[in-house]
Amino acid sequence: MIPQVRPDTIFALSSGHGRAGIAVVRLSGPLAGQALIDLTGSIPPARHAALRMLRGADGSVIDEAMVLFFAEPNSVTGEDVAELHVHGSTAVVERLFGELGIKPGFRFAEAGEFTHRAFANRKLDLVEVEGLVDLLSATGEAQRKLAMRQFLGEASEVYNAWRLAVISALSLFEASIDFSDEDDVAVKAQNAAWPRIRNLVSELEAALVQSEKFGAIRSGLRVVIAGAPNVGKSSLLNILAGREAAIVSPVAGTTRDVVESHLQMAGLPIVLADTAGLRDASGDAIEDEGMARAKAAAGSADILIWVVAPDVSSQVGPPRAPDLIVENKADLELIRNRNESAIAVSTRTGVGIDDLYRALQKLAEQKTSGAEQAVVVRQRHILAVRKSIRLLNNCLAQPQRAMELTTEDLRQTARVLSSITGHVDVEDLLGNIFSEFCIGK
Amino acid sequence: MIDQFDVIVVGGGHAGCEAAAASARVGAKTALVTHKHSTIGEMSCNPAIGGLGKGHLVCEIDALDGVMGKVADAAGIQFRLLNRSKGPAVRGPRAQADRKLYRLAMQAALAEQTNLSIVEGAVIALIIENGIVCGLKATDGRELNAKAVVLTTGTFLNGLIHIGEKKIPAGRVGEAPALGLSEQLLGLELNLGRLKTGTPARLDGKTINWSVLDEQKGDDPPVPFSFLTEKISTPQISCFVTQTTERTHQIIADNISRSPLYSGQISGVGPRYCPSIEDKIHRFKDKSAHQIFLEPEGLDDDTVYPNGISTSLPEDVQADFIHSMPGLERVRIIRPGYAIEYDYVDPRELTHDLQVKKLPGLYLAGQINGTTGYEEAAAQGLIAGLNAARAAGGMTAVTFDRAEGYLGVMVDDLVLRGVSEPYRMFTSRAEYRLALRADNADQRLTPKGIELKLIGSQRQNAFSAKLDVLERARKVSRESMLTSAALAKLGIQVNQDGRSRTAMELIAMPEVGFDRVAEIWPALKTFPAFAREALEADSLYAGYMDRQTSEIALLRKDEALALPTDLDYAALPSLSMELRQKLARSKPATLGQASRIEGMTPAGLACLLGTIKKGWAAKVA
Repeated sequence: MIPQVRPDTIFALSSGHGRAGIAVVRLSGPLAGQALIDLTGSIPPARHAALRMLRGADGSVIDEAMVLFFAEPNSVTGEDVAELHVHGSTAVVERLFGELGIKPGFRFAEAGEFTHRAFANRKLDLVEVEGLVDLLSATGEAQRKLAMRQFLGEASEVYNAWRLAVISALSLFEASIDFSDEDDVAVKAQNAAWPRIRNLVSELEAALVQSEKFGAIRSGLRVVIAGAPNVGKSSLLNILAGREAAIVSPVAGTTRDVVESHLQMAGLPIVLADTAGLRDASGDAIEDEGMARAKAAAGSADILIWVVAPDVSSQVGPPRAPDLIVENKADLELIRNRNESAIAVSTRTGVGIDDLYRALQKLAEQKTSGAEQAVVVRQRHILAVRKSIRLLNNCLAQPQRAMELTTEDLRQTARVLSSITGHVDVEDLLGNIFSEFCIGK
Repeated sequence: MIDQFDVIVVGGGHAGCEAAAASARVGAKTALVTHKHSTIGEMSCNPAIGGLGKGHLVCEIDALDGVMGKVADAAGIQFRLLNRSKGPAVRGPRAQADRKLYRLAMQAALAEQTNLSIVEGAVIALIIENGIVCGLKATDGRELNAKAVVLTTGTFLNGLIHIGEKKIPAGRVGEAPALGLSEQLLGLELNLGRLKTGTPARLDGKTINWSVLDEQKGDDPPVPFSFLTEKISTPQISCFVTQTTERTHQIIADNISRSPLYSGQISGVGPRYCPSIEDKIHRFKDKSAHQIFLEPEGLDDDTVYPNGISTSLPEDVQADFIHSMPGLERVRIIRPGYAIEYDYVDPRELTHDLQVKKLPGLYLAGQINGTTGYEEAAAQGLIAGLNAARAAGGMTAVTFDRAEGYLGVMVDDLVLRGVSEPYRMFTSRAEYRLALRADNADQRLTPKGIELKLIGSQRQNAFSAKLDVLERARKVSRESMLTSAALAKLGIQVNQDGRSRTAMELIAMPEVGFDRVAEIWPALKTFPAFAREALEADSLYAGYMDRQTSEIALLRKDEALALPTDLDYAALPSLSMELRQKLARSKPATLGQASRIEGMTPAGLACLLGTIKKGWAAKVA
């Protein structure tokens, strides 16, 4: 016998922990309404705030609270949901949990369980769930905007539009297979299908380009500080990061590995990396390895800051064209070769640091502009989009091959794109066909 | 007198014939009950068998030693392989049939079948004892007892014909509907729906001006459906093509309000792929002409079936618009077209063996399950008849999955998703299309048929001979190879990588192909045509078959995960209410079936999987 699975009603604190003005306790499940009856004597009209006394099973007052009720399916989880806005005291919340926890059919929610139920009830699709996860952990304004877009389903709409575009092309080919004996269906269908595939490939490719920008927002924009030894790179990192992340010493070659520091700049997450000084091979295996890593970091940087100093002559140039050149040690008196395009700073006195900060901020904004429009944001999505492009290009490259092979690739593409949002519905190919063609001889 | 049978099949249409034959083939004492012996095997609509998707079904029926393919071969008067220019997986054999020859060949095939009796009579009710079907009552008071009953009543359940404003209760034109059964089924709390279909007027060929029309010839030589048919010996004819004119469209537009489809008299849903001419003209206004195929109904029959103008307009309007088409200006109309509404049983009431869940012992096949088409009906008939006979003999049910054949796809679609319009087979419904070809139907199904004792000795012998040839041909094409340098000398350009290429690989290259390869290895020329076709298909689809094979493996894995029949879906909290209701209603037998229920989500499947696992854990503990 299969054990009965209890339709538990789950509850949890939905606001932050600790002392606060109010605390929100949310309940979801078939007994959410019953909980309100038990605690307050009645269920308020759905979606209307009501002020109620909360009483325990023994009749004693727990707190005065604003209570809300949402009837399924019009709630965040798709189930009956109750919200108790109590005073933000740990004692009140704990008393409430104590009351709820002993009721049969109630239990404390597991991590992510509200979201899981919302997903199961098709309130959210996978992309929206991922967006919600990002939203809850967003650390800056740019990340918040992005996550919001995913959560609000705008990204899912785009994925769905792509999926429908594949299905529309696929149904055209299917029409010319299944209705080849009908009048002119076959020719019309094929003529219409190829341009749709070409358009879709361009859209997918454009989305991938945007997704690179987005990567910078999601994992942080990589700003790499590079230059010859002893120009003050580590000091620059420390002053920009506002803390002693890197060890600073007058000895050339102190920094052997890449040192990273995370900071926020204009709402953008930044990963600031200090690297080993670059000079001709030292013969020291560790330092040489440090330099190799420095070059690699500089090469993959979103923003490369190349640091020079008047008292140091660089043996090697930057590994790629830098985005910013900083001339450190502006406080030194003997400035020999003033670099006009460089920003002069002194990490010792703080001169010019504000200018550098502003320049960096402007660059960071440029590099990520439009990124909050990105749709393809997670590795899982990127892989799916890349695979789709490959399959579609495979179709475009062989227009003369047996049509049922083209449709195999298109079916696969539709499946790959649906896997992003987690929709598994069978495509209504026939519906598409019948709306476009007069079938039936 | 009370007659005792193992299986009774009600209905002598395509589903009924195939059901009765299958039941009798596996050894059950079978009766086929029909209104009139002479209408057994009647083609009530177009005089053709096969087509895209449908042709696959005919070949699958044939692979299970069914009758349709052989009968169509005997009655076919024009054979065409559709999609000849496309790959082998999507080619569909089709034949125009002589209606009289078809009927006679079918009646002869059934007469030859041992264990099978034909009983004339009209059924008024099922006999049900203790919730199990055990026979039926005829209108003349006779009772027939059986351990299982197969209903194949087509459009006869509450059939209602519409011709313009006229309404005639009927099953087929001139034949009475079966009213009592419909009421009894309703009383069983089966969910019934209403569908609509239509048929065009029939024309007198002697009054058609053929000389102005385009001729459409059949294939020469004609290719038969059945592997057992060596040669088509029936004389072959041509079809002709005319088209609607602006005047046709004007007449229909002017009279559209007189069509019961538009006046609101018809509530049943009609098929989107076979719309009435008034529908076509109303919905696709920018199309100025529609092709109409004129299909002769027989060699010694002047009746012509005008394919493409099914209609329910009043007779005078039908005459007007038909006369507005080239070649038909003076045609005599033998009888008008009509629309027919009929009841069907929601196929979600059935399990995959086509048995009614609520009424063990009762099997349904054909249009009664919401399908359309002779081939769809026949394939269901075979499955229902086979299972009715097995049940009568105390054996377990046999089903076919989506990777075994189109018949598996169809039954699965019907049982899990139901229908919203008359269900017709298309190749695009088969997700494993590349593997489900008409030419390999026997390799997919005959071995299973042999196990089920469904296959006669003649076919068993022919099949094993064919397998031997295929095995040899495949071996030759795998083992014959040449190095890239040797190929270059022969003028075949491949990458000069020193690697040898097999004959199989070379056949797959469009610029080389079978003929060129057979010149290099003449042994390949010695094999019959079917072996060549198999090699070409194997090589064309080689790259895709791996993917399809792994998808099929996944399908079978999910199909192997049985869901308990007593699973309380209402108590699964993480499923949406909608899904819980759908699952509770369709009671999928496996996780694979659950995954194909409309609206199923990955999260819902994960929940079901979790539930099964918990069940196992509980059993172990």
